[in-house]
Amino acid sequence: MKFIKYLLVGTVFGITLAKAEVISWYRIYEMFRFQSFHMYGVIGSAVILGIIFVQLIKRRHMKSIDGNEITINPKNVSVPRYLIGGIIFGLGWAMTGACPGPMFILIGNGVTVIIAMLASAIVGTYVYGLLRNKLPH
Amino acid sequence: MNNLIEFISQPWPWYVAGPIIAIIMFILLWFGKSFGISANLRTMCAMAGGGKSCDFFAFDWKSQVWNLVFAAGLILGGFIAHTYLMPSYDVHISEATINELSQMGIDDPGKNIVPEQIFNWESLFTLKGFIFIIVGGFLIGFGTRYAGGCTSGHAISGLSDLQLPSLIAVIGFFIGGLAMTYFILPHLLAL
Repeated sequence: MKFIKYLLVGTVFGITLAKAEVISWYRIYEMFRFQSFHMYGVIGSAVILGIIFVQLIKRRHMKSIDGNEITINPKNVSVPRYLIGGIIFGLGWAMTGACPGPMFILIGNGVTVIIAMLASAIVGTYVYGLLRNKLPH
Repeated sequence: MNNLIEFISQPWPWYVAGPIIAIIMFILLWFGKSFGISANLRTMCAMAGGGKSCDFFAFDWKSQVWNLVFAAGLILGGFIAHTYLMPSYDVHISEATINELSQMGIDDPGKNIVPEQIFNWESLFTLKGFIFIIVGGFLIGFGTRYAGGCTSGHAISGLSDLQLPSLIAVIGFFIGGLAMTYFILPHLLAL
């Protein structure tokens, strides 16, 4: 039962990204061609409001529902892993028109071949796990 | 009630979607979790027994079940939107995008959520479909884990926390995405 709330939040997220057309290959293409403000508006407004929320959490020392103070772990600072990994993901994002969230939402939308894409993404993650000690981080 | 369903069945503008995304990130933080969907790919590797052959997947994946449930919600949300809230499957992309993609051989751009001529099961067994679906999926899975996050983990959560690594990752997303869109995609679409 304690997981129901995550199902609910995920459902709202799925409906939102589907209704705002964020899961559409066409919207991602359009974004990278700078032919519409739509995607920049979605991400930009999410980040601006997100910054405000995170500042509120930190300044008010807000607690989570289990009573602990909310902490956000800072990521290790380095350049290669974020830049190279980011570029590899960006190539895939523009090709498939999907990032991991929209992949799940597209499956729910009946584009069932995305199951094969998801399976390949899981293999990609596994191969990263095998090679990670040899890659620059 | 019908009026409400009619109201939310319109396409949602960016200024509705963006704030909802930020609120969802906030709710997950309040639940004591963090918003990041690509972590599920690693969890699935661990569940499949990846920890036996690679220590990157040897972790207690049960602590991540909440995120898998969140992902199940994404599928459910997609299904609800598709079944009940979509009077039309048109995607409202710009005229410029429609014209350009028509010239590149896409039939009726924006008439469906994805270009169906590429993303379907028959196409999967052609060179073009294999590249778009399988190679594309692999790049997403490999790249997100290498970068330590995807759009939700870096572009939304990381930037909201003003983290420099996330900014570097997002710059990487755009370098890769622009290179694909401008230099590689025209050739792939012509296959």
